[in-house]
Amino acid sequence: MAMKAIDPQYTADSKYALEVRNVDIYYSAFRAVKNCSFGMERNKITALIGPSGCGKSTVLRSLNRMNDLIAGARTEGEVLYRGQNLYDPDIDAVQVRRSIGMVFQKANPFPKSIYDNIAYGPRVNGWKGSKAEMDELVERALRGAVLWDEVKDDLKKSGLAISGGQQQRLCIARALAVEPEVILMDEPCSALDPISTLKIEELMFELRQRYSIVIVTHNMQQAARASDNTVFFLMDKEDRAGQIVEYGPTEQIFQSPKDERTEQYISGRFG
Amino acid sequence: MADQIRVNSDPRAALAGASVKQIDLRKRPRIGETIIQTILYACGFISIFTTIGIVYVLGQESLRFFASDEVSLVEFFTNTVWQPVIGEFGILPLVNSTMMVTIIALLVAIPLGLAMAIYMAEYASERVRAFLKPVIELLAGIPTVVYGFFALTFVTPWLREIFGRDVVQIYNVMSAGLVVGILITPIIATLSEDALSAVPSGLRQASLGLGATKWETAIRVVVPAAFSGIVAASIVAMSRAIGETMVVALAAGASPQFTFNPFLPAETMTGHIARISGGDLSYQTIDYNSIFAIGLVLFFMTLTLNIVSRMIVRRFREVYE
Repeated sequence: MAMKAIDPQYTADSKYALEVRNVDIYYSAFRAVKNCSFGMERNKITALIGPSGCGKSTVLRSLNRMNDLIAGARTEGEVLYRGQNLYDPDIDAVQVRRSIGMVFQKANPFPKSIYDNIAYGPRVNGWKGSKAEMDELVERALRGAVLWDEVKDDLKKSGLAISGGQQQRLCIARALAVEPEVILMDEPCSALDPISTLKIEELMFELRQRYSIVIVTHNMQQAARASDNTVFFLMDKEDRAGQIVEYGPTEQIFQSPKDERTEQYISGRFG
Repeated sequence: MADQIRVNSDPRAALAGASVKQIDLRKRPRIGETIIQTILYACGFISIFTTIGIVYVLGQESLRFFASDEVSLVEFFTNTVWQPVIGEFGILPLVNSTMMVTIIALLVAIPLGLAMAIYMAEYASERVRAFLKPVIELLAGIPTVVYGFFALTFVTPWLREIFGRDVVQIYNVMSAGLVVGILITPIIATLSEDALSAVPSGLRQASLGLGATKWETAIRVVVPAAFSGIVAASIVAMSRAIGETMVVALAAGASPQFTFNPFLPAETMTGHIARISGGDLSYQTIDYNSIFAIGLVLFFMTLTLNIVSRMIVRRFREVYE
């Protein structure tokens, strides 16, 4: 199963880490997202923006099949990753999530030590290395999330005993430890203070060198300063389904949007 | 209600000239409230008075038992023979068989109950769960005498079939223990299910998002996070097993003996109390007083378990924001 999902031949020349083609997402009979098509470039940060209820989080969650966990949720269309449609019947959702990691809105460290939080992912993925190698991996993940210097002396401390901003970076470190290719972030800063937010944004720029990042955000300034490409979603007033209004380089979206509605949204006239 | 708003009853209002409505905010007696409050207060204290009463009776009769020349405290707790007829009062055989029944019961109930709880909390759809939980709770509503009969007429013959009639006696600890295990399984299942369901869904999502399977998530994240609740459920079930009387009275036999062989008959503390108090012993005899001493020991065992369970819950409870 794993062999099939990951086709190394495809990597070299593909522009997109992930590509969504004609995706419709339903919650039971209700179509929450319609006609969604866009690509997420490799080693870039793609921001999904739009007002509440526009379907941006739903789309994000469809990218690593987290929507599978919601009873009644159904995805139509294609999500392409390494030339594979993630919604092919023979694709294993568990394997997908090992390559496409996720960071959630609310920091959700496990009630375990900081060390065990990081080690959890590798362990469930069949880690075979020695204790020393695990120590190294934990350090690398924590350094990757710029948390190492703050917690290196108390790795045995509970993941719940550190500050909110640190918890969120711990969750990012935890996602890095399974060495995914893409990291999905669902409003990762919405519960954080401005300083912690800035740290996460700086971290995203660091991570961009090795990973492709997709972030959902409510915060326009964040999308403007911390992303390369932006996708703007809006709910269709008639059938209440979210759809893409416009997508392109962040600079273009924020400085010379093509669609009037995008212009109105980013200038704060609604949403 | 009419007297609550007085018009111009206050002279100052009259002085002010206009017909201003004055609202009376002064305290007034509310006799109904006071009576209700007193009754509720009394009800709250009934549980405490009952406990004190029981401890008093147990203590008083036990004191008589230990004050007699026939038995000393040391002998009571160390002698391995309980034969009131010949003046041997060692509680160990009774405690031993109680513990054997309890351990067998827990060996059945913890895996079974926890598996049920994991299935209900992590796997079952909303509909299955809505059906299954009341059914499991129904299991807890079956009268224990029925369980006792079930042990004697179904489980015991079955055990004798498997292990041989020479090995398994008609009355034996194993049969009683297994059935007490079934009896306490619903307690563990429903209480553990509550504990598992209370684990924030964010933890499950985090685990699944890291590429863990459902089972890995359940065993490595959800169960540890609900650990205190599961332990508390097991301890509640354990006190229930220790105190269970009817099943052991029917299926375990009526001969106090000190043995670790679960296929032999043995009498538990509760079984012995039930038999003696149901018999024709006269009051104020030493045999009669002895059951109060046993009752006191039982009481302290379950009390200790309750305290331990509270300590564990407090110590291991994970704090989520």
